[in-house]
Amino acid sequence: MGKSDIKLIGSWASAFTTRVRIAFNIKNVEYEHLEEVLGKKSDLLLQSNPVHKKFPVLLHDGKPLPESLIIVQYIDEVWSSGPSILPADPLDRALERFWAAYVDEKFFPSLKLVRVTQGEQLAAAVEAVGKSFEVMDGAFHQCSKGNAFFGGERVGYLDIAFGCTLAWLRALEKIVGVKLFDEVKHPALAKWMDSFCSDPAVEGLIPETDRFIEFLKLLPGAPPRH
Amino acid sequence: MGEVKVIGASLSLFCCRIEWALKLKGVEYEYIEEDLRNKSSILLQYNPVHKKVPVLVHKGKPVAESLVILEYIDETWKQNPILPADPFEKSVVRFWSRFVDEKCVVGAWAACCAQEHEKEEAIKSAQESLGILDKQIESRKFLGGEKLGFLDLVVGSLPNWLEFIEELGGIKLVDPEKFPSLHAWAQNFFEIPIIKERTPMAKDLINYCKTSGLAPNKKQV
Repeated sequence: MGKSDIKLIGSWASAFTTRVRIAFNIKNVEYEHLEEVLGKKSDLLLQSNPVHKKFPVLLHDGKPLPESLIIVQYIDEVWSSGPSILPADPLDRALERFWAAYVDEKFFPSLKLVRVTQGEQLAAAVEAVGKSFEVMDGAFHQCSKGNAFFGGERVGYLDIAFGCTLAWLRALEKIVGVKLFDEVKHPALAKWMDSFCSDPAVEGLIPETDRFIEFLKLLPGAPPRH
Repeated sequence: MGEVKVIGASLSLFCCRIEWALKLKGVEYEYIEEDLRNKSSILLQYNPVHKKVPVLVHKGKPVAESLVILEYIDETWKQNPILPADPFEKSVVRFWSRFVDEKCVVGAWAACCAQEHEKEEAIKSAQESLGILDKQIESRKFLGGEKLGFLDLVVGSLPNWLEFIEELGGIKLVDPEKFPSLHAWAQNFFEIPIIKERTPMAKDLINYCKTSGLAPNKKQV
């Protein structure tokens, strides 16, 4: 199967796109990356995802598939001879899916809120992120079973889902000048963050913090920061 | 296959999906009705993160979130598969399932709760989502393939609940002319015996709200 049969519409700055790229790395699959320009959605994107008009979108033999976590599961199922991304046991799979949904519905939105708030609202947002990390710490102990990753010995579905939010975390801590993650309180998660970012499948894909800060400045809604 | 329990609320639009799936696969289960105004210690123990129904408990281990539970059911009990075997077809089903929950359900609820000056916009937005779903259904009898499947069970939560939402919010969202495919699909769906025997009816939902004085949370109904 040629590289040209597999195209990924996305952006270097998008956590959701990075999830898919990590999945392809795990499976050692080559693909063509089509970089979207901020503020100007390509015709291909609009045609491929007419419902949401968002990336990432995978085009496999011309068939479009949007939604990062759906694409990651698809990659796991199609390239089944490579290392597994989701665990084999249905209960373990359900747990990772549950927590990935939590990341997208609760954790990530609470993190993003920090960018657009100030004063009392910012303090509340910071507190909410702290609580979310407590929850994710519990999730880590539940899923990792003493291993280095949520997925066990290797980077898996939930590692990918959660880990790709790290660029936001690091950038926001610098932007607002407040610690959002307490590594003393959550040493296992802190260690996981290092392990995740230095994993061969991930290395180089999480945006570098200062570059990402410059990118975030281009997004609307943020109050002036001193 | 081990003891199966469903912790649910009989009027919940998310819980009926789980029971439909289990019935479709011929899996016996014990149903535990939860009073959402007075949550039990069992629910809080099994779903400490969200404290919501439905929760499936299998051999003592809990699984929460209806779409996650449906996938678990399909992977654990392999008879009468509800997801397509083909990875692309399966992904399409997952995509539309999320669309139902993230756009149609959320949109309808927002329209119901919207303040007067925002109501028209919220209704328009909800109807836009329903219109996209309607177009996706086309004239199909079943939504994931040749027989009743995952996406049917997910969409199946909508029709009666939308009727309830309209009554609750004093709004009009659905009519057969606007969404003919959804309407035709629903007519067929609710005639299926296992579906019919376990479907929250709009009038029961309305009575429950009136008698309990609850402002229903979207995941509680």
